[in-house]
Amino acid sequence: KRVSVVLFCQTGVYYGSKLELRAKPEDDEYWNSSKFSAFTFDDEDDEFTKMKESKRAVNSILVDDDDDDDDVEKVSWSGEPIGSISWSVKETASSFRSSGEQSFPKIDTAPSLPKQGSGYSLSSLFKAFTDTSTRAYAPELRKPKSECKDYMSDWSPEETVRRMRKGRAYSLERFRSLQDKLLLLDEAVSLHDGNVITAVLIYLKRSLSKEILFRELMVREVALRHYVHYLKEMGEQKLLLMQYKEHLNIKDEGRRRDFLKSCLSLPFSQDDAMHVQDHYTLLERQIIIEANDKRGEAEIFRKYPRKASILNMPLITTLYYSCFYHYGEPEGTFSSPANIRKTFRISEKQYILTALGARAKLKSWFDVDSLFNTKNWLGYTKKRSPIGFHRVVDILQKNNAPAQVLQEYVNLIDDPELRLSLAQKYKCHDIVIDTYKDLKDRQQLIVYQGKVERGSHEDRKIEELINNMQIRWKN
Amino acid sequence: MYVIQAAAVRGRCAGCLMAQSGRRDAPELPDFSLLKRLARDQLIYLLEQQHEVDKLYKVELKPIVSTADQLCFLIRPRIQTVKWISDVVNLDKAAGRLRRYKIIFTPQKFYACEAVLEEQGVFGDVTCDEWAFYLLPLDDDIISLELPEFFRENFLEGDQRWVGAAGGALRLIHSLYGPFSKVYGIGQCAKMVYESWREQVEDGEQKTQQPEIGNVFLIDRDVDFITPLCSQVVYEGLVDDIFRIKCGSVEFGPEVTSSDKSIKVMLNSQDKVFNEIRNEHFSNVFGFLSQKARNLQTAYDKRRGMDIQQMKAFVSEELKGLKQEHRLLSLHIGASECIMKKKTKQDFQELLKTEHSLLEGFEVRECVSFIEEHINRQISMIDSLRLLCLLSLTENGLLPKDYRSLKAQYLQSYGIEHLLTFSNLKQMGLLVEQQPGETLTVMESKVGKLVNDKTAGKLTDAFSSLAKKSNFRALSKRLVLIPKSGEEYDLRVPRDMAYIFSGAYVPLSCKLIEQVLERDGWTGLEEITRMLNGHEFAVSGGANGTESRIKADSQRIVLVMFLGGCTYSEISALRFLGRERGYKFIVVTTAITNSGRLLEALLDNHP
Repeated sequence: KRVSVVLFCQTGVYYGSKLELRAKPEDDEYWNSSKFSAFTFDDEDDEFTKMKESKRAVNSILVDDDDDDDDVEKVSWSGEPIGSISWSVKETASSFRSSGEQSFPKIDTAPSLPKQGSGYSLSSLFKAFTDTSTRAYAPELRKPKSECKDYMSDWSPEETVRRMRKGRAYSLERFRSLQDKLLLLDEAVSLHDGNVITAVLIYLKRSLSKEILFRELMVREVALRHYVHYLKEMGEQKLLLMQYKEHLNIKDEGRRRDFLKSCLSLPFSQDDAMHVQDHYTLLERQIIIEANDKRGEAEIFRKYPRKASILNMPLITTLYYSCFYHYGEPEGTFSSPANIRKTFRISEKQYILTALGARAKLKSWFDVDSLFNTKNWLGYTKKRSPIGFHRVVDILQKNNAPAQVLQEYVNLIDDPELRLSLAQKYKCHDIVIDTYKDLKDRQQLIVYQGKVERGSHEDRKIEELINNMQIRWKN
Repeated sequence: MYVIQAAAVRGRCAGCLMAQSGRRDAPELPDFSLLKRLARDQLIYLLEQQHEVDKLYKVELKPIVSTADQLCFLIRPRIQTVKWISDVVNLDKAAGRLRRYKIIFTPQKFYACEAVLEEQGVFGDVTCDEWAFYLLPLDDDIISLELPEFFRENFLEGDQRWVGAAGGALRLIHSLYGPFSKVYGIGQCAKMVYESWREQVEDGEQKTQQPEIGNVFLIDRDVDFITPLCSQVVYEGLVDDIFRIKCGSVEFGPEVTSSDKSIKVMLNSQDKVFNEIRNEHFSNVFGFLSQKARNLQTAYDKRRGMDIQQMKAFVSEELKGLKQEHRLLSLHIGASECIMKKKTKQDFQELLKTEHSLLEGFEVRECVSFIEEHINRQISMIDSLRLLCLLSLTENGLLPKDYRSLKAQYLQSYGIEHLLTFSNLKQMGLLVEQQPGETLTVMESKVGKLVNDKTAGKLTDAFSSLAKKSNFRALSKRLVLIPKSGEEYDLRVPRDMAYIFSGAYVPLSCKLIEQVLERDGWTGLEEITRMLNGHEFAVSGGANGTESRIKADSQRIVLVMFLGGCTYSEISALRFLGRERGYKFIVVTTAITNSGRLLEALLDNHP
């Protein structure tokens, strides 16, 4: 008989490592010799004896019926009685039953302040489901558990949830009245065991109508959050943002667009409604642009073939794309940068940054220039930028701009210190020299002379300057 | 500040590295290899029942091609995975194929998973087991529960499904290395874990044995979000930030190994080179490594002029060790170079400057425009988010106009589907908008006025409205988390835990631990805990006469359990604190985290 073991390795190395190592035997020694090596499944002698040992240990545990009253293990929820080998290590200590004396005291675990809600509180989300009033119909249930000790035959809610926590046999069938069901739920919540809480909720979901369940969950925040999470995991939850999130599962762009359109009517907050609207508009545009550009007939597409489709890209990526492939198109066209900028209310700063990146990539230095050109009322052209020119230089440099272009923009940096450091970094000698001259710093100029080539144009310029008696040097 | 000074530390580094031996009387750590043996033995036992394991597969949620007549799945208890297994079973059934199926859940199964099997009509066809593998010792002083999902499920979804597991882990440690004498804690989850542990201990048996671990500190990750969101600059943390350490092992790619293949390395105290640099500020690492390289060269050079006998001894005794060291050294040098290259490329200096300004509350407007530009240029999506969260946490929320504008720009740059991410971050209190009229400055002026008005009642009202805030500024002032700026901070001779952040910030989480241990409880920290939203506790074990038997050493061994993850930087800080105060810390964490993992857990931009 052969068995295949399928491992789910979320923590990749752990189980995975061994599998890989089988392929690379030379690493084995290192792994196995390390004290913290991954588990091995090799049955070397040593491992084998250890395994035998543990098998004996496990067997002894199985015989050792540590359960209290009955042989519940046979019918246990847990299927088979594997027992937990783990925690009965007896080698180091003699053990005795707790005398019942509480060695560590109980502490109050009641939440003092509710968590800061997101814009959409859980209960408001549920309004989408049910319109029934949120009045608690069984408020008396929240009384201390001592009052409801007296149950007919079986386990009390308290005993039941405790048995569930330990994985022992239990039965929920007898919790039939609403009151009993809610007592059970409250008991589970007071145990702080999410596993048990969810188990009870699954039972309530099966045995209560949606309306009644939600009504009661509204006043039970902890249980409510467990329920929402359970629905989420089961893929059954379709609340507001989750509903919007559904679009990520739709592959076909046309259907995705239509789905986003249907989301527009959802009761989002004002800001979020605008974002969802943008999302829809953006995808609509992208579909149009993609249909045209896919053929790639224009010159630019042949020269710089597209690496990917523009569908589902972020807005800024779309703007960059448009600045790259559709620069200079009239504002009327959907694919033009101007149109995108206007439709999506893109700030000047953001626009300039993106356009700069795209045009610099194409080495269209003329376009780069005109991005910053402004004419004053006398008609003079001046360079102005909503982003610091040092940033402009940085972007140009990353796109391998020629020295001359770089120099022009380094020169535009206002702060002399920053200008100096970038000028030195990119070897714009003239700017360094002029800046020192402006700062009247003769000493630094002399120092800098040592860094330029002897007899060069720069060398002569510095020579001239330091001999110029007209300048009032500060040192 | 962050400066690489490889040359400056030459020669001195071996001496100035923090003393590895620590205080003369530092207690020995307990041996945790037992934990691993227990877990392994149980797994072997479980698999042994299956007879002849033929092949191991990774679950990829794809159809299984196998002719075996039995399939065994070892999985986390996740509904999605169980659904997939149900599909596999139902497909087999439809095809008339008979097989036996077994699921081994680790570390435990959930009722919800079995409910899925029931619903899909395969309950009974599939048998279930549990592999109670709770604790993985990653190193002498680090134990991980390897439950990264703990963070999101507990803090975002409000699902307490892992509380029992954390309590169970604590119970195991208690039964093997306890009994504990004191338990301190802060955070709502910490309280629940404590209660879960206490009840499990009560239910079970108690032992009298020599305790090896005396004190326990439980802390929720949401008590301190700032620390894990900061860029790490200590070597081990940097390696984790850049290469991602998984289960104590890292894969160095070709750019590190300078060959065409990747190498997997275990990073722990067994690696002698790593052990000496792991807790060091990165600026010291180069100096150390080059010194080490010179020493190695000298050791190799000894060969010259040896006669045959000596050479034989050298080869049999020293050469292997030297080669091993050589290998490790070249790996760590490669890693350091790669780190330098990457960090220079992303303008790390500027990024750190912004982080430090935010922590200090200095030039906040400049920080806002830095972040804005970061977003505009579509640089790292996670880094942008990290900076936004740091801004919000340090400033008690963003100004409404900043919030709206930065959120809009973020969505434009990285995709509108991040709407869900923002909603998650808001729910967690990581990225929020200031409530109008409640900025700190407004509050302060309000308070100033009220004092004159003699309306003490209103004063407390005004303060309680701040209760849910992160209150970082006030906390930082009270706990002196930000060392005075302008003072020279010698990173080679750290004077406090701030060295892990270049001397700019003492991690809040570790500072709390230090304070509580020093005061033996929360007395005197009332103001602090109020600003942290309370949920603190300090309890001691019963007076059943064990005190006389408690070894003094065990009292200085402190187990710190991070619920929701901790970073390598925090571990480094605790190691430093331990050396300073004569403690030994054992870190138990639900998982090792860093800013990337923490934020990725909260992203919702994928199906």
